[in-house]
Amino acid sequence: MSMDIAIPQPVERENYLNKKYGVWSWLLTTDHKRIALLYLLSITFFFFIGGFFALLIRLELLTPAGDLVQADTYNKLFTMHGMVMVFFFLIPSIPAVLGNFLVPMMIGAKDLAFPRVNLLSWYLYVIGGVLMLHCMLTGGVDTGWTFYAPYSTNFTNTKIVEAGLAIFIAGFSSILTGLNFVVTIHRMRAPGMTWSRLPLFIWAHYATSIIQLLGTPVVAVTIVLVAAERALHLGIFDPKLGGDPLLFQHLFWFYSHPAVYIMILPSMGVVTEIIACFSRKRIFGYSFIAFSSIAIAVFGFLVWAHHMFVAGMSVYAALVFSLLSYAVAVPSAIKVFNWTATLYKGSIHYDAPMLYAFGFLGLFTIGGLTGLFLSALGINVHVTDTYFVVAHFHYIMVGGAVMGYLGGMHFWWPKISGRLYPEGWARLAALIVFIGFNLTFFPQFLLGYMGMPRRYYDYSHMPEFQVLNVLSTAGATVLGVGYLLPMVYFLWSMRYGKPAPDNPWNAAGLEWMTASPPTTFNFEEEPVVTWEAYNYEELDSPDKDAPRSQEVPVAR
Amino acid sequence: MARNVDALYIFLLIVTGMMTLLVFSFLLFFAARFRHRPGVRAEQIEGSTALEITWSAIPFLIFMVIFAWGAVVYFKERTPPADAAEIYVVAKQWMWKLEHAEGQREINELHVPVGRDVKLIMTSQDVIHSFFIPAFRIKQDVLPGRYTVEWFRATKPGVYHLFCAEYCGTQHSGMVGDIVVMEPAQYEAWMNGASGGPLSATGEKIFAELGCSTCHRSDIQGRGPNLHGVFGKPVQLEDGRTVTADENYLRECILEPGGKRIKGFQPIMPTFQGLVTEEQVNALVAYIKSISTAKPGEAAKTSASATAPKVEEKVQAHGSQVQ
Repeated sequence: MSMDIAIPQPVERENYLNKKYGVWSWLLTTDHKRIALLYLLSITFFFFIGGFFALLIRLELLTPAGDLVQADTYNKLFTMHGMVMVFFFLIPSIPAVLGNFLVPMMIGAKDLAFPRVNLLSWYLYVIGGVLMLHCMLTGGVDTGWTFYAPYSTNFTNTKIVEAGLAIFIAGFSSILTGLNFVVTIHRMRAPGMTWSRLPLFIWAHYATSIIQLLGTPVVAVTIVLVAAERALHLGIFDPKLGGDPLLFQHLFWFYSHPAVYIMILPSMGVVTEIIACFSRKRIFGYSFIAFSSIAIAVFGFLVWAHHMFVAGMSVYAALVFSLLSYAVAVPSAIKVFNWTATLYKGSIHYDAPMLYAFGFLGLFTIGGLTGLFLSALGINVHVTDTYFVVAHFHYIMVGGAVMGYLGGMHFWWPKISGRLYPEGWARLAALIVFIGFNLTFFPQFLLGYMGMPRRYYDYSHMPEFQVLNVLSTAGATVLGVGYLLPMVYFLWSMRYGKPAPDNPWNAAGLEWMTASPPTTFNFEEEPVVTWEAYNYEELDSPDKDAPRSQEVPVAR
Repeated sequence: MARNVDALYIFLLIVTGMMTLLVFSFLLFFAARFRHRPGVRAEQIEGSTALEITWSAIPFLIFMVIFAWGAVVYFKERTPPADAAEIYVVAKQWMWKLEHAEGQREINELHVPVGRDVKLIMTSQDVIHSFFIPAFRIKQDVLPGRYTVEWFRATKPGVYHLFCAEYCGTQHSGMVGDIVVMEPAQYEAWMNGASGGPLSATGEKIFAELGCSTCHRSDIQGRGPNLHGVFGKPVQLEDGRTVTADENYLRECILEPGGKRIKGFQPIMPTFQGLVTEEQVNALVAYIKSISTAKPGEAAKTSASATAPKVEEKVQAHGSQVQ
């Protein structure tokens, strides 16, 4: 194995990238790795669209008066920012790109269980995405990504049905990905790859897939009901016809709360892999991290109404949902403690992926702890629907999920592209993202407790909020630079980067025993697993050539 | 109320601050202490069930303290005192319409005296809004088709922000106003500039105009139930259920009379959906309340005769303020 490392071959080896050329070889591919790249392209596109909206929002809030755009435009901007980022970036981000690429390789399989379904899921995503783009270009939606009835059903004249349809279709893409992962993880593990030997990235994706499978149909139903209500005035959510607008909120959050875990669980999986690799250690408390993922997926379905403490529910319902929200905080805390403990007596390297993982730990901890404020009923009443909530969920979904995503992209980039990214630039970008993020969102906690409501286009009634808003906008600019940088140097590295060795980090895991980039079927022969996950002791031992390389035939 | 919320908030800041400090100092300490040094290998550690149980149980116990404290504050926020002054709020895109029990009407502005419990009985004419006064730390969504309630007691004179906190369309951010808290004497003076008479009197007029009084009679058994003394009492429905006749029940009976019919009466009442405005419904509800002898909650606990004198006193007090 050591022989193969690091010597760039003058003649390029055959791999999944150069096996076939031409547009159709990509558009009709069933290779999970190529589909992952198709997803990577499309979600990056939507990430920058969503980011552009965010930038306009922040620019508008630079001054208290509504001066940059019209009120309606602003309302559409934050709506489209939310919809694009949630449904077309965050939900597919790690599962559809890194998960697609890595799940089969990590368990020693040639591909996912249903390669064509995998391709279908990308096409559904693209159809949904194109519909969403069309919707945005021809008028957009102004309800907020939450679609609350009866505003969405009886009042707004914007393109609710089209946006709903876009999300409905993209939802099926998410369901199919989840289904594919569940079946693959159950049925296609290599001999010896028992459940307790799975990388925790796989456990995280397993938990995520279950949420996708069980949760997404509910939001699909909700969208159908909204469309039906608009077209036929059935009176499901309309109190004048005997309906109940709160029913909408229950249905919506029944999916959309677990959806937060669709975004964060895979990121936790990524961070687990990175921390183990860069501290050269087996992860501390393997089974606790594994089962806490499952616990989060299960409890995640039982806390939806904590978004509704002031919505007009009974106080007793609020009590139950508050209690359960604290229950879901425990497995998250367990994870943070285990990650921290993993560092103990490690041999820690500070490459860019690890910097992102540290960033994740810091930001996720703050995001999680501010969740304790929001679950406390008495405080929730004051801070819900203010910038406190905005800050909280950005700490989880951007500080957590996106940091994990970027960390993972750096960690596996050599495997994906066969090239090394420029390490210095990557560390700089990680630092810029971390600083920019905190500068953008920390002031929003303060704004929220001071009482600034969300979704306010104009705050000239309360000019005292301006200072913190200016800080936040300044931070957003820094953050924007931090996000552009990786895109630039990743692209640069595809052409000019040093060719990557098969295992540049000397990391554990079957994916690192394939070539960089891997061949179409990943492994030449089915690997047989005889070791536990995260066997860094073995990898770092002086006589490390011993058992593994003989038993795992590596495709060349 | 603000003080209760802030106390819990500060407690949480301290607790989470300590947790953050703990986690971050371990992170940073480990990060520095165990950074890679040539020749030093990581020491493999499998995990520790004892540690796992410790760091699950201790946070869980802390969480339960926060939960319980938060719940206590919430129950206070959600339980208006029985003798609070009542103000009816109607929200619409994009304004707040407020009406005092004494008949004063205001838009995007609410005058209240210092030290008086104020209960807001709120409904919306169109979409969901949310009545948010950051300085008092209270917020409650305002829904179409039902009443929601919140209450506060202002302790310091001044002008405070009123925001709509639930996104409600184009001018959502323009749906703001002021809560003007005045010294009682000033408030009396402001109140005396009022006109129109108490809300319940308006309701009585509407009650007569719409012909409600032909069926809902108090002298003899009419075709509809006698509404005197009905408010706040449990009533038995045709389907066997028993519900408390609160504001939401009265509202529902006016707009959807078929839904929760009182046992022993025929379903002959027409709906008034679309025939009366939200303000008129409020006035009708205020009227029906004014002819009842007990406040909600008390009815269940004490006999009607025991509470009667107290309520009469209160009605008189209201009367004197208006005159």
